[in-house]
Amino acid sequence: MSVNLASARLWRGVPQAIAAIIAVVALAFVVPADGYYLNILMQAVTYAIAVSGLVVVLGYCGQISIAQAAFFGLGAYGVAIGMVDFHLGFFPAWLCGIGVAGILGLILGLGSLRLGGHYLAMVTISFQQILTLFLTNWLSFTHGPDGIRDIPRPSLGPISFAGGHAFLALCMVTLVIVTLAVWRLKTGRLGRAMQAVRDNELAASTCGIDVFGTKVIAFGLSAVLGGIGGGLFAGGFQYISPDQFSFGESIVLLTMALLGGVQSPFGSLVGTLVLIILPEWLRFLKQIYLAVYGAAVILIMVFLPDGLWGLMLDRVRKRAKPILGEVEKLPLLTQTGQESAEIVLEVKELAKHFGGLKALDGISLKVRRGSVHALIGPNGSGKSTFINVITGLYKPTAGQVLFAGQDITHEQPHLRNRAGLARTFQNIRVWRGMTVLENVMVGGERPGNDVAEDAALVVERALAALDFVGLRGDAHRMVGDLSYGHQRYVEIARALAATPKTLLLDEPAAGLNLTEKHELGELLRRLKGHGLTILIIDHDMKLVEQVADHITVLNFGRRIADGLPREVLNHPDVIAAYLGEPQEAAGVVA
Amino acid sequence: MAIFLQLLFTGLGIGAIYALVALGFVLLIRAASVVNFAQGQFAMVGAYILVVGVNVLELPYLLSMAIAVVLMAVFGIVFAATTYWPLRHRGGLPVIISTIGASIFLENIVLFLYGPSPEVLPGLFDSPGIQIGEVFMDSQYLSILVAATLLVVLQYLIFEKTLLGKKLQATSQDKEMASLLGIPVAFMILFTFAYSAMLGGIAGMLVAPVLFVSVGMGGLIALKAFAANIIGGYGSIPGAILGGLSLGVAETLGASYISVPYKDAFAFAMLLMFLMVRPQGLFGEKISEKA
Repeated sequence: MSVNLASARLWRGVPQAIAAIIAVVALAFVVPADGYYLNILMQAVTYAIAVSGLVVVLGYCGQISIAQAAFFGLGAYGVAIGMVDFHLGFFPAWLCGIGVAGILGLILGLGSLRLGGHYLAMVTISFQQILTLFLTNWLSFTHGPDGIRDIPRPSLGPISFAGGHAFLALCMVTLVIVTLAVWRLKTGRLGRAMQAVRDNELAASTCGIDVFGTKVIAFGLSAVLGGIGGGLFAGGFQYISPDQFSFGESIVLLTMALLGGVQSPFGSLVGTLVLIILPEWLRFLKQIYLAVYGAAVILIMVFLPDGLWGLMLDRVRKRAKPILGEVEKLPLLTQTGQESAEIVLEVKELAKHFGGLKALDGISLKVRRGSVHALIGPNGSGKSTFINVITGLYKPTAGQVLFAGQDITHEQPHLRNRAGLARTFQNIRVWRGMTVLENVMVGGERPGNDVAEDAALVVERALAALDFVGLRGDAHRMVGDLSYGHQRYVEIARALAATPKTLLLDEPAAGLNLTEKHELGELLRRLKGHGLTILIIDHDMKLVEQVADHITVLNFGRRIADGLPREVLNHPDVIAAYLGEPQEAAGVVA
Repeated sequence: MAIFLQLLFTGLGIGAIYALVALGFVLLIRAASVVNFAQGQFAMVGAYILVVGVNVLELPYLLSMAIAVVLMAVFGIVFAATTYWPLRHRGGLPVIISTIGASIFLENIVLFLYGPSPEVLPGLFDSPGIQIGEVFMDSQYLSILVAATLLVVLQYLIFEKTLLGKKLQATSQDKEMASLLGIPVAFMILFTFAYSAMLGGIAGMLVAPVLFVSVGMGGLIALKAFAANIIGGYGSIPGAILGGLSLGVAETLGASYISVPYKDAFAFAMLLMFLMVRPQGLFGEKISEKA
């Protein structure tokens, strides 16, 4: 590739950061020394740091946290108690506060994130309430409802932050660093994993992403950012009390993130500024201003779904340029394949029961390396259940799954993908908040993949996979803008970017028109020509006949035939399963 | 033992309030997949309407309550039309945020109209209560328990024995299918909002004589009801009732035997415990996404 993407990435944002830091330090010193403006800015800046945590957990990872004020409070109390009662310096006390926030965040996340989306919301609400009660009632440690006064400000070597301007500068520099870090996170590997989890957890897990771990990290990071902002808040105002970190404040922080645009730290910054300044502007409304504020929140949700930042981006968003230039082909394409006797995937007596329903009732099959193995059967015969058990989305009731010599029967889905098992879905599961290229990059980033550790190579691999399915020109479009058939190709490209040992295709022809089906057949034949092992489920007999080396037929969760295509398709039981028993049919008619 | 029974009675009374608010929550979750953060403010609005009827217009108590219940139904529909309807196709989060906005709006508009000083409402009955054995049954707690029981029975009859109830159930289980069967889904959802607002309002009116009527009265009740909803099992109707009652009892017992200042912590500690140990709650079922 002509451009060295890796070094470009490493330094991306650093010049801007330096410029921004100089600008904010200058700004911090020209603010009128009058306490009003200084206080408003101090509040906005420290809040904005906490709000950027919500961008990570809610915007990137899609998990609702309603306790950001609690983590903000932990940071603030860390500084206050550490400095006033334990006579620590500001920076060690700040670190303690951040640490406590981070650790509690991890504990809460580990306890609740295995469950569905709203559970984190519930757990964080409880945590928020309990923390407020402790801050108010544990007089000996937290000083109770009166709060803590006279919190000193730090100095670092010769630089003293005791003055308002100097401390504001410290806060602003922190904000710049945090904002840029959160911005860069979004386009990095971890950020992409978070967005994949947000947009579709199942697809994320089958693309090698540890869904639970990613959520815990996102929540932990947001707690840490809350703590960072809170510590500065305590130093900035030099007085804190429990009511500043209540449930209501958590809601304010959440609203700031959503108002500005939760997809971007710049958006959340805009939202924070607006919501700090808006009540000041609305003061002429006197008592009713908070009511207007509440109504404004509803109106924003109705009319500005992506927040203020989204609105601005829509105005300026240009058509992204495609990345031109030759890329190295998929490693697969350098090989030519032949079916071998080696068994890649072996399933023994696999059973899956849903209550009394035996969706799979003792299925065995062997997939040879380099072969295309088709699994067919009427609706409800257990085909999709089979793939879901193989890829770990369902736990089997009995039986064993061996893949590349390993027993993966009880492995987590993402670990199966890392072992080289990739799949597509019957009802397409792409990540709609991301571009086509980003979708495919996540596939290439599965841990253990040859290019996974190098961002530039991942881009190249993703482009190569898109080249292969013919979507290179659409790389920078949002994936949701593509046609249904092309979205399916994105799924295939995503799977191919991971250099799988075996590709599982769950009804790839479903919903495609005739031309698209024909193209898909071509694509599968090309893959087969390069020796990729494929297990395909489909209804389309023509497609199956074209590509399959081997067919297994299921009916009512049992295997009714297994062998070479011609033998299997002429098997009386198979014909009966698809078309009905001739005798019985005759009987009904008579 | 006498003290224990006395506390149990009080706990059930306050728990019944949580249960009524939780019931309103659950119905909206089931009918419209809406997690309504303004449910507590429904209780507050109901209580204030009653204050206007009884203290300002000096209408008879029961007539005021009846008027308030009707007004709450109307309020529920207006609430749905403004807070839920425009966002109904955008997933759960935008609606959650907009209900949060609504809760801020409601508290502050009432604050603007009525000022910060709490209002006092007389009890439904003049008699302070009755003594049964060693337990003194306060008349207001008794009315709460009786009214809550009646409402639960009434709701059971409506949902299980009438065509309207069947249609509501169908709507909550599968909106698309219900719509294909000719059930007016939009009407069913609006009806649920109206009913849910009525339940919240009644809870507010019943608890008003026990607590003071203030703009902030709904917030904490709603959070407890929320906890009750999880403890009982997310989206479960019997769970909401049982969850609410057990929360009321637990925090009343906890406050008197363990610690008064941490009274409100018991509900949330109980919630955390459930989430960690039995996240599906008492009556919940585990739902997994289909691949």
